[in-house]
Amino acid sequence: MTGNPLIREKAWPSTSIYWKVALVLFALTALEVAAFEVAHRDIATLTAIVAPILIPILILLSAMKFALVAAFYMHLKQDSIFFSGLFVFPILIAGGLILALLALFSYARTFAAGG
Amino acid sequence: MAHDIAHPAVDTTTGLDHRKLAIWTFIGSECLFFASLIGTYLVYKGKSVVGPFPHDAWVSPAGQHLEPIFEIPLVTFGTAVLLFSSFFVVLALANIQRGNRKAFLGWLGATIVCGLFFIGMQVYEFTHFVHKGLGFTTNLFGSSFYALTGFHGTHVTVGVIWLTSILVLGLRGKMPPEKALNLEIAALYWHFVDVVWIVIFPVVYLMS
Repeated sequence: MTGNPLIREKAWPSTSIYWKVALVLFALTALEVAAFEVAHRDIATLTAIVAPILIPILILLSAMKFALVAAFYMHLKQDSIFFSGLFVFPILIAGGLILALLALFSYARTFAAGG
Repeated sequence: MAHDIAHPAVDTTTGLDHRKLAIWTFIGSECLFFASLIGTYLVYKGKSVVGPFPHDAWVSPAGQHLEPIFEIPLVTFGTAVLLFSSFFVVLALANIQRGNRKAFLGWLGATIVCGLFFIGMQVYEFTHFVHKGLGFTTNLFGSSFYALTGFHGTHVTVGVIWLTSILVLGLRGKMPPEKALNLEIAALYWHFVDVVWIVIFPVVYLMS
Protein backbone atom coordinates (compact mmCIF):
# COMPACT_ATOMS: atom_id res chain seq x y z
CA MET A 1 0.00 0.00 0.00
CA THR A 2 1.18 3.54 -0.75
CA GLY A 3 -0.72 5.22 2.09
CA ASN A 4 -2.00 7.76 -0.44
CA PRO A 5 -5.84 7.88 -0.27
CA LEU A 6 -6.01 8.86 -3.96
CA ILE A 7 -4.45 5.58 -5.08
CA ARG A 8 -6.31 2.26 -5.18
CA GLU A 9 -3.94 -0.54 -6.00
CA LYS A 10 -6.44 -2.93 -7.52
CA ALA A 11 -5.76 -5.29 -10.40
CA TRP A 12 -7.49 -4.45 -13.66
CA PRO A 13 -10.29 -6.75 -14.88
CA SER A 14 -9.46 -9.99 -16.66
CA THR A 15 -10.08 -10.53 -20.39
CA SER A 16 -13.10 -12.70 -19.55
CA ILE A 17 -14.65 -9.77 -17.66
CA TYR A 18 -14.09 -7.55 -20.73
CA TRP A 19 -15.87 -10.16 -22.88
CA LYS A 20 -18.80 -10.37 -20.46
CA VAL A 21 -19.15 -6.57 -20.37
CA ALA A 22 -19.09 -6.48 -24.21
CA LEU A 23 -21.88 -9.05 -24.40
CA VAL A 24 -23.99 -7.18 -21.82
CA LEU A 25 -23.47 -3.91 -23.75
CA PHE A 26 -24.57 -5.61 -26.96
CA ALA A 27 -27.63 -7.11 -25.23
CA LEU A 28 -28.59 -3.73 -23.73
CA THR A 29 -28.36 -2.07 -27.18
CA ALA A 30 -30.56 -4.82 -28.61
CA LEU A 31 -33.06 -4.21 -25.80
CA GLU A 32 -33.09 -0.46 -26.58
CA VAL A 33 -33.94 -1.09 -30.21
CA ALA A 34 -36.46 -3.81 -29.30
CA ALA A 35 -38.23 -1.38 -26.93
CA PHE A 36 -38.29 1.26 -29.70
CA GLU A 37 -39.69 -1.21 -32.26
CA VAL A 38 -42.34 -2.53 -29.87
CA ALA A 39 -43.42 1.02 -28.99
CA HIS A 40 -43.75 2.00 -32.68
CA ARG A 41 -45.47 -1.11 -34.04
CA ASP A 42 -48.90 -2.40 -33.25
CA ILE A 43 -48.01 -5.53 -31.29
CA ALA A 44 -51.21 -6.13 -29.31
CA THR A 45 -50.86 -5.41 -25.58
CA LEU A 46 -47.05 -5.11 -25.65
CA THR A 47 -47.18 -1.77 -27.46
CA ALA A 48 -49.73 -0.43 -24.98
CA ILE A 49 -47.41 -1.36 -22.10
CA VAL A 50 -44.08 -0.21 -23.56
CA ALA A 51 -45.07 2.97 -25.45
CA PRO A 52 -45.91 5.12 -22.38
CA ILE A 53 -42.70 4.14 -20.58
CA LEU A 54 -40.35 4.11 -23.59
CA ILE A 55 -38.34 7.16 -22.51
CA PRO A 56 -37.67 5.91 -18.94
CA ILE A 57 -36.70 2.50 -20.38
CA LEU A 58 -34.23 4.11 -22.82
CA ILE A 59 -32.76 6.37 -20.12
CA LEU A 60 -32.28 3.39 -17.78
CA LEU A 61 -30.66 1.17 -20.44
CA SER A 62 -28.45 4.03 -21.63
CA ALA A 63 -27.34 4.79 -18.04
CA MET A 64 -26.47 1.11 -17.50
CA LYS A 65 -24.34 1.03 -20.66
CA PHE A 66 -22.64 4.30 -19.71
CA ALA A 67 -21.83 2.99 -16.21
CA LEU A 68 -20.47 -0.32 -17.53
CA VAL A 69 -18.08 1.35 -20.00
CA ALA A 70 -16.93 3.89 -17.40
CA ALA A 71 -16.44 1.33 -14.63
CA PHE A 72 -14.81 -1.52 -16.55
CA TYR A 73 -13.36 -0.19 -19.83
CA MET A 74 -12.27 3.20 -18.46
CA HIS A 75 -11.16 1.37 -15.28
CA LEU A 76 -12.81 3.85 -12.91
CA LYS A 77 -13.75 0.94 -10.64
CA GLN A 78 -10.07 0.12 -10.10
CA ASP A 79 -8.36 3.44 -10.75
CA SER A 80 -7.86 6.44 -8.48
CA ILE A 81 -11.01 7.84 -6.91
CA PHE A 82 -9.75 11.27 -7.95
CA PHE A 83 -10.32 10.36 -11.61
CA SER A 84 -13.86 9.22 -10.78
CA GLY A 85 -14.46 12.64 -9.23
CA LEU A 86 -13.05 14.41 -12.29
CA PHE A 87 -15.55 12.50 -14.45
CA VAL A 88 -18.66 12.28 -12.25
CA PHE A 89 -18.69 15.92 -11.08
CA PRO A 90 -18.82 17.36 -14.65
CA ILE A 91 -21.48 14.76 -15.55
CA LEU A 92 -23.65 16.05 -12.69
CA ILE A 93 -23.15 19.64 -13.88
CA ALA A 94 -23.89 18.49 -17.46
CA GLY A 95 -27.15 16.84 -16.33
CA GLY A 96 -28.10 20.03 -14.47
CA LEU A 97 -27.26 22.10 -17.56
CA ILE A 98 -29.57 20.02 -19.78
CA LEU A 99 -32.42 20.17 -17.22
CA ALA A 100 -31.93 23.94 -16.80
CA LEU A 101 -32.04 24.49 -20.57
CA LEU A 102 -35.24 22.44 -20.87
CA ALA A 103 -36.86 24.28 -17.95
CA LEU A 104 -35.79 27.70 -19.27
CA PHE A 105 -37.15 27.12 -22.78
CA SER A 106 -40.30 25.47 -21.46
CA TYR A 107 -40.91 28.55 -19.27
CA ALA A 108 -40.13 30.90 -22.18
CA ARG A 109 -42.69 29.12 -24.40
CA THR A 110 -45.33 29.15 -21.68
CA PHE A 111 -44.65 32.84 -21.07
CA ALA A 112 -44.84 33.58 -24.80
CA ALA A 113 -48.09 31.62 -25.16
CA GLY A 114 -49.61 33.55 -22.26
CA GLY A 115 -48.68 36.87 -23.90
CA MET B 1 -6.28 -13.38 -15.87
CA ALA B 2 -6.36 -10.04 -14.08
CA HIS B 3 -3.44 -7.80 -15.00
CA ASP B 4 -1.35 -4.86 -13.87
CA ILE B 5 -1.90 -2.48 -11.02
CA ALA B 6 -4.62 0.03 -11.83
CA HIS B 7 -2.59 3.04 -10.97
CA PRO B 8 0.86 2.58 -9.49
CA ALA B 9 2.22 5.51 -7.51
CA VAL B 10 4.38 7.94 -9.49
CA ASP B 11 6.65 10.67 -8.25
CA THR B 12 4.23 13.61 -8.33
CA THR B 13 2.61 15.65 -5.56
CA THR B 14 -0.65 13.71 -5.93
CA GLY B 15 0.98 10.35 -6.65
CA LEU B 16 -1.00 10.32 -9.91
CA ASP B 17 0.42 10.59 -13.41
CA HIS B 18 -0.02 14.13 -14.71
CA ARG B 19 -0.82 12.97 -18.24
CA LYS B 20 -3.68 10.84 -16.97
CA LEU B 21 -4.88 13.68 -14.77
CA ALA B 22 -4.82 15.95 -17.84
CA ILE B 23 -6.87 13.58 -20.03
CA TRP B 24 -9.48 13.11 -17.28
CA THR B 25 -9.74 16.90 -16.85
CA PHE B 26 -10.12 17.27 -20.61
CA ILE B 27 -12.82 14.55 -20.64
CA GLY B 28 -14.62 16.40 -17.83
CA SER B 29 -14.67 19.58 -19.91
CA GLU B 30 -15.91 17.62 -22.93
CA CYS B 31 -18.88 16.41 -20.87
CA LEU B 32 -20.06 20.03 -20.62
CA PHE B 33 -19.43 20.62 -24.33
CA PHE B 34 -21.63 17.70 -25.34
CA ALA B 35 -24.21 18.51 -22.64
CA SER B 36 -24.76 21.91 -24.27
CA LEU B 37 -25.24 20.28 -27.70
CA ILE B 38 -27.57 17.56 -26.34
CA GLY B 39 -29.52 20.17 -24.36
CA THR B 40 -29.91 22.31 -27.49
CA TYR B 41 -31.10 19.29 -29.49
CA LEU B 42 -33.69 18.46 -26.80
CA VAL B 43 -34.89 22.06 -26.55
CA TYR B 44 -35.55 22.18 -30.32
CA LYS B 45 -36.85 18.61 -30.57
CA GLY B 46 -40.25 18.54 -32.29
CA LYS B 47 -40.21 22.32 -32.91
CA SER B 48 -39.41 22.24 -36.64
CA VAL B 49 -42.06 23.95 -38.75
CA VAL B 50 -41.04 22.41 -42.08
CA GLY B 51 -39.76 18.92 -42.94
CA PRO B 52 -37.95 16.62 -43.27
CA PHE B 53 -38.76 15.23 -39.83
CA PRO B 54 -36.86 12.46 -38.03
CA HIS B 55 -39.76 10.23 -37.03
CA ASP B 56 -42.76 11.52 -38.97
CA ALA B 57 -43.78 11.37 -42.63
CA TRP B 58 -44.04 14.75 -44.34
CA VAL B 59 -45.10 16.43 -47.55
CA SER B 60 -42.43 18.27 -49.57
CA PRO B 61 -43.12 21.76 -51.05
CA ALA B 62 -43.65 19.96 -54.40
CA GLY B 63 -46.49 17.95 -52.83
CA GLN B 64 -44.49 14.74 -52.62
CA HIS B 65 -45.27 12.44 -49.66
CA LEU B 66 -42.00 11.43 -47.99
CA GLU B 67 -41.11 8.96 -45.26
CA PRO B 68 -39.33 9.80 -41.95
CA ILE B 69 -35.62 10.10 -42.68
CA PHE B 70 -34.02 8.06 -39.88
CA GLU B 71 -32.70 4.61 -40.72
CA ILE B 72 -32.63 2.94 -37.32
CA PRO B 73 -31.16 -0.47 -38.40
CA LEU B 74 -28.08 1.16 -39.96
CA VAL B 75 -27.41 3.39 -36.97
CA THR B 76 -28.00 0.49 -34.56
CA PHE B 77 -25.34 -1.49 -36.41
CA GLY B 78 -23.00 1.52 -36.24
CA THR B 79 -23.66 1.78 -32.49
CA ALA B 80 -22.82 -1.89 -31.98
CA VAL B 81 -19.60 -1.46 -33.99
CA LEU B 82 -18.58 1.53 -31.85
CA LEU B 83 -19.31 -0.45 -28.66
CA PHE B 84 -17.18 -3.32 -29.91
CA SER B 85 -14.36 -0.90 -30.77
CA SER B 86 -14.25 0.05 -27.07
CA PHE B 87 -13.92 -3.65 -26.28
CA PHE B 88 -11.15 -4.07 -28.86
CA VAL B 89 -9.09 -1.13 -27.60
CA VAL B 90 -9.25 -2.41 -24.03
CA LEU B 91 -7.92 -5.77 -25.30
CA ALA B 92 -5.15 -3.93 -27.16
CA LEU B 93 -4.22 -2.19 -23.91
CA ALA B 94 -4.22 -5.46 -21.94
CA ASN B 95 -1.94 -7.05 -24.55
CA ILE B 96 0.57 -4.20 -24.77
CA GLN B 97 0.90 -4.31 -20.98
CA ARG B 98 1.64 -8.05 -21.15
CA GLY B 99 4.12 -7.54 -23.98
CA ASN B 100 2.02 -9.42 -26.57
CA ARG B 101 2.98 -7.22 -29.50
CA LYS B 102 1.08 -9.08 -32.23
CA ALA B 103 -2.18 -9.19 -30.26
CA PHE B 104 -1.78 -5.51 -29.32
CA LEU B 105 -1.36 -4.52 -32.98
CA GLY B 106 -4.22 -6.78 -34.10
CA TRP B 107 -6.77 -5.46 -31.58
CA LEU B 108 -5.68 -1.86 -32.17
CA GLY B 109 -6.09 -2.38 -35.92
CA ALA B 110 -9.58 -3.80 -35.32
CA THR B 111 -10.45 -0.72 -33.23
CA ILE B 112 -9.35 1.60 -36.04
CA VAL B 113 -11.37 -0.37 -38.61
CA CYS B 114 -14.46 -0.06 -36.38
CA GLY B 115 -13.86 3.68 -36.05
CA LEU B 116 -13.51 4.04 -39.82
CA PHE B 117 -16.72 2.07 -40.32
CA PHE B 118 -18.56 4.40 -37.94
CA ILE B 119 -17.27 7.49 -39.76
CA GLY B 120 -18.28 5.91 -43.09
CA MET B 121 -21.75 5.19 -41.69
CA GLN B 122 -22.09 8.82 -40.64
CA VAL B 123 -20.88 10.16 -44.00
CA TYR B 124 -23.40 7.89 -45.77
CA GLU B 125 -26.17 9.02 -43.41
CA PHE B 126 -25.43 12.73 -43.84
CA THR B 127 -25.23 12.38 -47.65
CA HIS B 128 -28.50 10.44 -47.66
CA PHE B 129 -30.21 13.13 -45.55
CA VAL B 130 -28.98 15.93 -47.81
CA HIS B 131 -30.40 14.07 -50.81
CA LYS B 132 -33.71 13.85 -48.94
CA GLY B 133 -33.73 17.61 -48.51
CA LEU B 134 -32.32 18.02 -45.00
CA GLY B 135 -29.58 20.66 -44.99
CA PHE B 136 -27.91 22.35 -42.04
CA THR B 137 -30.27 25.35 -42.27
CA THR B 138 -33.42 23.57 -43.49
CA ASN B 139 -35.08 23.48 -40.08
CA LEU B 140 -34.35 23.35 -36.34
CA PHE B 141 -33.99 19.58 -36.46
CA GLY B 142 -31.38 19.77 -39.22
CA SER B 143 -29.28 22.42 -37.44
CA SER B 144 -29.30 20.72 -34.04
CA PHE B 145 -28.91 17.20 -35.48
CA TYR B 146 -25.92 18.01 -37.72
CA ALA B 147 -24.25 20.08 -34.98
CA LEU B 148 -24.56 17.32 -32.38
CA THR B 149 -23.75 14.25 -34.47
CA GLY B 150 -21.23 16.17 -36.60
CA PHE B 151 -19.20 17.20 -33.55
CA HIS B 152 -19.33 13.63 -32.30
CA GLY B 153 -18.16 12.36 -35.70
CA THR B 154 -15.29 14.87 -35.58
CA HIS B 155 -14.27 13.43 -32.20
CA VAL B 156 -14.37 9.91 -33.66
CA THR B 157 -12.16 11.09 -36.54
CA VAL B 158 -9.64 12.62 -34.10
CA GLY B 159 -9.68 9.34 -32.15
CA VAL B 160 -9.01 7.30 -35.29
CA ILE B 161 -6.05 9.56 -36.21
CA TRP B 162 -4.69 9.29 -32.63
CA LEU B 163 -5.01 5.49 -32.54
CA THR B 164 -3.52 5.16 -36.05
CA SER B 165 -0.45 7.14 -34.95
CA ILE B 166 -0.01 4.66 -32.05
CA LEU B 167 -0.46 1.74 -34.45
CA VAL B 168 2.27 3.15 -36.71
CA LEU B 169 4.59 3.53 -33.70
CA GLY B 170 3.74 -0.05 -32.71
CA LEU B 171 4.53 -1.35 -36.19
CA ARG B 172 7.90 0.41 -36.02
CA GLY B 173 8.60 -1.29 -32.68
CA LYS B 174 8.41 1.95 -30.72
CA MET B 175 5.61 0.89 -28.35
CA PRO B 176 7.18 -1.32 -25.67
CA PRO B 177 5.10 -2.30 -22.57
CA GLU B 178 6.68 0.63 -20.66
CA LYS B 179 4.88 3.02 -23.04
CA ALA B 180 1.46 1.44 -22.47
CA LEU B 181 0.28 4.65 -20.80
CA ASN B 182 0.35 6.36 -24.23
CA LEU B 183 -2.25 3.87 -25.44
CA GLU B 184 -4.17 4.04 -22.15
CA ILE B 185 -4.65 7.79 -22.54
CA ALA B 186 -5.79 7.44 -26.17
CA ALA B 187 -8.10 4.60 -25.08
CA LEU B 188 -9.68 6.80 -22.39
CA TYR B 189 -10.50 9.38 -25.06
CA TRP B 190 -11.88 6.63 -27.30
CA HIS B 191 -14.09 5.23 -24.51
CA PHE B 192 -15.36 8.75 -23.85
CA VAL B 193 -16.36 9.11 -27.50
CA ASP B 194 -18.18 5.79 -27.09
CA VAL B 195 -20.09 6.81 -23.93
CA VAL B 196 -21.15 10.06 -25.58
CA TRP B 197 -22.67 8.01 -28.41
CA ILE B 198 -24.37 5.78 -25.81
CA VAL B 199 -26.26 8.94 -24.77
CA ILE B 200 -26.75 10.40 -28.27
CA PHE B 201 -28.14 7.21 -29.83
CA PRO B 202 -31.31 6.91 -27.71
CA VAL B 203 -31.80 10.68 -27.36
CA VAL B 204 -31.61 11.41 -31.08
CA TYR B 205 -32.68 8.22 -32.82
CA LEU B 206 -34.99 6.35 -30.42
CA MET B 207 -36.89 9.00 -28.44
CA SER B 208 -39.58 10.21 -30.81
